Amino acid sequence: MPMNNPPSSVVSASKLGLTFETSDGPVHALSNVDLTVNKGDFVSFIGPSGCGKTTFLRVIADLEKATAGEITVNGMTPEEARKSRSYGYVFQAPALYPWRTIEKNIALPLEIMGYSAADRKARIERTLDLVNLSGFGKKYPWQLSGGMQQRASIARALAFDADLLLMDEPFGALDEIVRDHLNEQLLKLWARTEKTICFVTHSIPEAVYLSTRIVVMSPRPGRVTDVIESTLPKERPLEIRETPEFLEIAHRVREGLRAGHSYEE
Amino acid sequence: MKPDSLKNRIIPVLTILISIVAVWYVAAYFMNAPFQRDLDRRAEVTSTTMEFIGKTMAQPKPILPAPHQVVSNVFENTFLRSVTSNRSLVYHAWVTLSSTVLGFTMGTLTGILIAVGIVHLKALDRSLMPWIIASQTVPILAVAPMVIVVLGAINITGLLPKALISTYLSFFPVAVGMVKGLRSPEIIQLDLMRTYYASGAQTFWKLRVPASIPFLFTSMKVAIAASLVGAIVGELPTGAVAGIGSKLLAAAYYSQTIDIWAALIAGSVLAALLVTIVGIIAKIVDRSMGGRPA
Repeated sequence: MPMNNPPSSVVSASKLGLTFETSDGPVHALSNVDLTVNKGDFVSFIGPSGCGKTTFLRVIADLEKATAGEITVNGMTPEEARKSRSYGYVFQAPALYPWRTIEKNIALPLEIMGYSAADRKARIERTLDLVNLSGFGKKYPWQLSGGMQQRASIARALAFDADLLLMDEPFGALDEIVRDHLNEQLLKLWARTEKTICFVTHSIPEAVYLSTRIVVMSPRPGRVTDVIESTLPKERPLEIRETPEFLEIAHRVREGLRAGHSYEE
Repeated sequence: MKPDSLKNRIIPVLTILISIVAVWYVAAYFMNAPFQRDLDRRAEVTSTTMEFIGKTMAQPKPILPAPHQVVSNVFENTFLRSVTSNRSLVYHAWVTLSSTVLGFTMGTLTGILIAVGIVHLKALDRSLMPWIIASQTVPILAVAPMVIVVLGAINITGLLPKALISTYLSFFPVAVGMVKGLRSPEIIQLDLMRTYYASGAQTFWKLRVPASIPFLFTSMKVAIAASLVGAIVGELPTGAVAGIGSKLLAAAYYSQTIDIWAALIAGSVLAALLVTIVGIIAKIVDRSMGGRPA
């Protein structure tokens, strides 16, 4: 199976399905998902709650197991990919350990993966700089604002050598102004690190602003209803959100979301 | 900070203390008055009300000694006697303290070991927990003499049997607290470890253990107080010659009510001291683990 994938495909899913068995009967969290994420892509998953966007990300990360279909991550099964530490995962909450300083939090994956002390130090410094938190390494999480904490958690996911970054609504709990700022920073970071990013969100402007591709999903059963290639240039100042091009893509996303919803309400 | 702590902490505590002392004096008068009246009638003495009240507070073996009688007894037996003397409260407190600390240490270690087992092995979780809870429903006063007698029969005497009773009482809160503490990491924190492909040992040392530390100290505060009770109870039925418990027993035997109360006070002071020490260590550890200053 891995041989069939071109080397540029980072995530490749075909006919992927996941059914949770609950006491109320089976819940089809994902059904028939066909999707390929290529190296260097910034792919956003957008849809109402219950559409399976987070579940799909968790399947990539091997935090959930698919019950149907095929999926490969870096040409491996998700479990192999996890065991070879192929991805960094950013959760909805920062999930920093309160008893560790910011730099110790960033060191956590490095300690677990056995990086040397000198290497750890260099990587902490570099990733702190990447997320604009230089000088905050000795602080404890509670001394930082919510936005800074989430940036620290992104630094933690970037610290080790994984080319794939999985982000599950990382800015969902932050206010609009902070979110704009972090979106801008994330794009710069993506350009600098050349990582492949899968990004779950429920904000249309966020998805359009960030992505090279937008995957529109809808619930019951969770499925992909539309995949939109962005025509926006790679260089994106925040003002790009006022351009007709941007608004047109946003319009298409909105149409896609509405189509997925229409037949059940 | 300072005037704040005076207003918020010292004054409320002092208010309660003064009310307790006041109630105690009133109670002492009413408890001791009938016997004093008896004495006066037999000796055919008539005294003024003030003199009579004074006498109820100065009996050598009152039913309820007045606070100042207890305080002067405690003072005398704490500061005015050589610490090696059999009448010194310091000496008795030291004997009790040593078995308390030994028992507490063993109990804490046992409790932690049990908790680690319960958290990691499903079989232990199902099999051990009901027994642990059942163990605490056994009245310790009934168990203590048996423990001492059985151990005495196999030539284990002295400090260890007493300490074992403390262990028995103190492992429970630690085990329960640590089970809760080791299970306190949130799912998101465990998922994070999973994405790193962290081993079980790494998850244990880097996540579960640090997360459980606050729970450990909370349960240790309960455990150290229970250990002291265990040590005193261990001294009561065994004919021990030293310790707060033996002091209580001897004083009860000779109706030395003032001595009983003095020993009780010594025990309480010891308990407060031990809990405070654990609390201070907890605060230091919390600070070094990045705890937000309260």
